[in-house]
Amino acid sequence: MKLHEYQSKIIFSKYGIPIPKGSIVSTATDARQVAEELGGFVVVKSQVLVGGRGKAGGIRLAKSPKEAEEITAQILGMTIKGLPVRKVLIDEAANIENEIYLGITNDRSARRPVLMASSSGGVDIEEVARISPEKIVKVYIDPLLGLKDFQSRDIAAGIDLPREYWKEFARICTGLWKAYLACDATLAEINPLVVTKDKQLLAVDGKMLIDDNALFRQPAISEMRDIDEEAASETEARKFGLSFIKLDGQIGCMVNGAGLAMTTMDIVKLFDGEPANFLDIGGGANSDKVSAALRIILSDINVKVVLINIFGGITRCDEVAKGILSAIEEVKPKIPMVVRLVGTNYEEGNRLLANANLITASTLVEAAKKSVDASKGILEIQQ
Amino acid sequence: MSILINKDTRLLVQGITGNEGLFHTQQMIAYGTNVVAGVTPGKGGEWAINDKVPVFDSVRMAVHATEANTSVIFVPARFAPDAIFEAADAGIPLIVCITEGIPVQDMMKVREYLDQKQVRLLGPNCPGLLSPGESKVGIIPGDIAIQGNVGVISRSGTLTYEVLFALKLVGLGTSTCVGIGGDPINGTNFIDCLDMFEADPQTEKIVLIGEIGGTDEEKAAKFIASRLTKPVVSFIAGQSAPPGKRMGHAGAIIEGGSGSAVDKIKALEEVGVKVAKHPEEIPLLLK
Repeated sequence: MKLHEYQSKIIFSKYGIPIPKGSIVSTATDARQVAEELGGFVVVKSQVLVGGRGKAGGIRLAKSPKEAEEITAQILGMTIKGLPVRKVLIDEAANIENEIYLGITNDRSARRPVLMASSSGGVDIEEVARISPEKIVKVYIDPLLGLKDFQSRDIAAGIDLPREYWKEFARICTGLWKAYLACDATLAEINPLVVTKDKQLLAVDGKMLIDDNALFRQPAISEMRDIDEEAASETEARKFGLSFIKLDGQIGCMVNGAGLAMTTMDIVKLFDGEPANFLDIGGGANSDKVSAALRIILSDINVKVVLINIFGGITRCDEVAKGILSAIEEVKPKIPMVVRLVGTNYEEGNRLLANANLITASTLVEAAKKSVDASKGILEIQQ
Repeated sequence: MSILINKDTRLLVQGITGNEGLFHTQQMIAYGTNVVAGVTPGKGGEWAINDKVPVFDSVRMAVHATEANTSVIFVPARFAPDAIFEAADAGIPLIVCITEGIPVQDMMKVREYLDQKQVRLLGPNCPGLLSPGESKVGIIPGDIAIQGNVGVISRSGTLTYEVLFALKLVGLGTSTCVGIGGDPINGTNFIDCLDMFEADPQTEKIVLIGEIGGTDEEKAAKFIASRLTKPVVSFIAGQSAPPGKRMGHAGAIIEGGSGSAVDKIKALEEVGVKVAKHPEEIPLLLK
């Protein structure tokens, strides 16, 4: 789960990391008022959950409250990478001397958290990693020990930060580590951490990604989820415990198991079809969950065909069949559906579906081919 | 022969009295696995599965009484890290964690601790192990595979079933199927399994089923080039997955420009591994 910049910065500040004064607003009038309170010289920052806001014109400086109002009005009308801007953060503008990158993330290969810094802050860190990896300094953190001050000092020295800042820098690193731990983050990033002209360190931007698996013990963070930033079908799917990602194709896919769900999409694509979604109903899904899954797929107007691929193990094919029938009964879909059931109780599942006017297939390749043909109108439902 | 589990496996089930624990213990016993004990804190002294399996309060007590040498964990995610620590602390050399959804920060601590203990963990978020005709530890349906000379390693669950089933349909059997799990931090990786299959006399060919996310497939490719004499066939799931989206498995995400299917397929093909376009092609490439 992604947090907005303003949410991340509020969390950082709770752990002692200095952030600029500012407020989140959703109207231009409010922006003007906040800018007045902050002394007029502010930065207007769109709050959408995608990178590249600056390049898209979603982050701009304003020299007066009036200008802040005008810029906010423009930014609130923008759409950045498909997401309409609904909120902007008005921050006091900083007098920037230098920009640093500072972040903690999980290193899969090292199986440890890693604290990273670079003297080239304010730009895309993945870009820095590709072009000049020597500019990124790293220390791995023992998960049983935690971050130690000497490690933060090593990082400070590694990016040539003047010694007068080391103590404050180590304090910020510790704060970031505590925020990362307390929130079950998979990424906690300050980009940039600026050195101001009056010799202060200030986190002018913030980003956090939270481990979805840990949300059960993060109730406050779960409530920060911005459902305006995701497709309504994804919100609905989460309610039913379904793993669902909306895509742009025409073939809706319902599968049990994530690996098989990805594979089903891959094979659809291999035969020149476009999957409309990723959907894993999970292990041992009951008919209610299956029915909800199918209703969510059918609610997408782009879907021309539904492909159901189930390899029963813990999941029982008869239970899946009952869910399919209940969704059909409710939605009465007009589009063709291709079903392939294998494994636990597949005979019973197929028997239940015998009169449902569905296209059946016995292998994954056959099911994918039939779905693609049906999406192109080559294959009609046998009446 | 097989790897990791065989007829001498003496299995302990952590979380045996829960729904999933009970159901799968029945399935494992029906398959012929020697289930010697169960553990559910607070239920020590009871018996499970029609009075066939004694239940203990702790792993230590269960090991002391039954000499269990392998543990399988069906404990909910919030308690699973504790269950893994407990099994490791009791000296169980092989721990198989089926549980899905363990927070990654917990897994980093688990892995750090296990590395100090010389204990092998398989999973979490995995379907477990199946050595056809010998033993089954986990949730892989027993009837979809037959005994044979193909070693199977996979990050997935049902996709693995699909592959085992495709092998069985053409009469190809499996020595051991190892599900290493779909999480970003796990106990056993591809290289560990490739090494064991290379050493196993029954295994003549290997199937490696990978997916997007991380760089384990690339590392496996390097290992294959330097150390393996047995032929390897592969399939990589997630060729159509968009970057930045977590595709169900916590570990299945293309991030920071790494982890794409294209890179993995390229790395494997460069070292002579045949990569199937879809699972049904795997048996053809093995011949």
